Amino acid sequence: MAELTKELSQVKGEKPAVPGKDVRVHPKPEPQGKRPLDVPTGTPTVIVDDLHIVYRVYGAASEAEKGNAVNALTRILKRQGRPQMKEVHAVKGVTFVAYHGDAIGIVGRNGSGKSTLLRAIAGLLPPHKGAVYTDGQPSLLGVNAALMRELTGERNIVLGCYAMGMTPAEVREKYQEIVDFSGIDEFVQLPMSTYSSGMGARLRFAISSAKTHDVLLIDEALATGDREFRKKSEERIRQIRESAGTVFLVAHDLRVIEETCNRVIWLHKGKIKMDGDPKEVIAAYNKG
Amino acid sequence: MSQPESAVADAQAGGRSGQEPLAKLAKRYGLRRAIARPRFPVYLRQLWERRHFILTYATSRTVSKYSRSALGQLWQVLTPLLNAGIYWVMFGIILGGKNGIQNYPAFLLTGMFVFTYTQRTVTAGAKSISGNLSMIRALHFPRASLPLAYTIQELQQLGISMAVLLAITVATGEWPTWFWLMIPVVLVLQTMFNIGAGLIVARLGASMRDLNQLLPFITRFWLYASGVFFSIQDKVVGAAKLPQWVADVMYLNPAASFIEWMREILITSHNPEFGHHPPTMVVVSCVFWAVFALGFGFWYFWRSEERYGRG
Repeated sequence: MAELTKELSQVKGEKPAVPGKDVRVHPKPEPQGKRPLDVPTGTPTVIVDDLHIVYRVYGAASEAEKGNAVNALTRILKRQGRPQMKEVHAVKGVTFVAYHGDAIGIVGRNGSGKSTLLRAIAGLLPPHKGAVYTDGQPSLLGVNAALMRELTGERNIVLGCYAMGMTPAEVREKYQEIVDFSGIDEFVQLPMSTYSSGMGARLRFAISSAKTHDVLLIDEALATGDREFRKKSEERIRQIRESAGTVFLVAHDLRVIEETCNRVIWLHKGKIKMDGDPKEVIAAYNKG
Repeated sequence: MSQPESAVADAQAGGRSGQEPLAKLAKRYGLRRAIARPRFPVYLRQLWERRHFILTYATSRTVSKYSRSALGQLWQVLTPLLNAGIYWVMFGIILGGKNGIQNYPAFLLTGMFVFTYTQRTVTAGAKSISGNLSMIRALHFPRASLPLAYTIQELQQLGISMAVLLAITVATGEWPTWFWLMIPVVLVLQTMFNIGAGLIVARLGASMRDLNQLLPFITRFWLYASGVFFSIQDKVVGAAKLPQWVADVMYLNPAASFIEWMREILITSHNPEFGHHPPTMVVVSCVFWAVFALGFGFWYFWRSEERYGRG
């Protein structure tokens, strides 16, 4: 991963090269981190084959059928199915292959299926049609859903670590590191509901990023905390990327994507509109 | 590089023309489907590996549940006490449900506490998947962890309720006997049944949204059919003049069986002709339900493991 960032930053000519071991993942050197999509230069780590994801959404009744018992009964008698249940076709036939060492940015408007695609790659949402093949277990960076606002930071750290599948020994080992990284100090004794939004975000990021992953999926994780913490977390993500084989990044901040990714996929209404070099795709995306 | 048109075309065609199918490519490099159900023994092992998560999650839920009240976790003791008080006033005094049952407070509370354990586990289990979709869509863990954690949470509550129950039983004039050593056995069997029942309703509740609306009625019917307030034998055969087999069938329902066994252990005047031994039929029923529900529950829940994220 390190060399991709390096290459990219050299191309852009603004950031210093990332120090660290220069691990060549691809057999042949690629000029400026570019390479044709379908030429298998590296080992594929994630294969998405004609993926369709259909979500069920409840409670989205339309204007005509307001919560009314008579309407509900007529609907049942007419066999029109449950009104509140809507099926959302979030991903409509996405196909691509990601290789070892890829850092893939996913861009697209709200509701274009970015987060859904990540969850499907992570194996958390079952495909309606098609399949996702992966090497190892891809993980989403994020434990927010497992944490409880009423509990102290302390308890949440332990709970979050277990939720990500750590052993008690690992939890003990990582605990202090998480507290230090989050920088919330003595607030760790207080319930998370008393935290400012920035502090909460910092603690959540510190917990989520405490584990190493083969294939890492990051969903908007960078947009948290103050300036100082952002720098810290960008550094942490760089480290994670070095140890991970393949990284997927969803972010609204296109600058972050351009800086960290060697390939960008533009999703539009659940389909791939463009897939390729970050600069070209982002330029096209900005125009579109 | 950057042949967006062909990429779109590929996506639409659902494959890459002229090249090996993606499924084959995946196989060649040893990639596996991202979402695949592990084999049953593997699944159980994964679940065991997650025991720390399950326990921590259960405890965290209990702590978080009472964190907003001034009395905090004291409510774990107060809730069963207040329940006991209400039932005793309503059924024991006002409605006069005694009907010749000696030591009615102990009779009623045993039934109530034993039944509440199963009822609460089933109600919580039904929401364990549908209420945690965001977590299921974000983290990897065997999904059975959730209904299991909910059962353990109720088990922790039951520990406190049992202490209250035993104290009240002694206060009503029952003395501890060696048979009290059988209490953990009954509770283990009941917990096995509850885990299984929780898993079954968790899967049902994940796909049938209306189950949560329907469950209160089902559990209330179950409550009345389990003889919590009255003796099934006296009411069904004695008062309603129904044939004996109706009462026998009613005793075979898991909740009634567990309640009956617990009453035999705790209350000397309950069916004195048996001593503190429960009828064989009750024991067989308890063991059968425990083993059957646990085995079937895990299997049934596991069958749908990869589909829980869909909602």
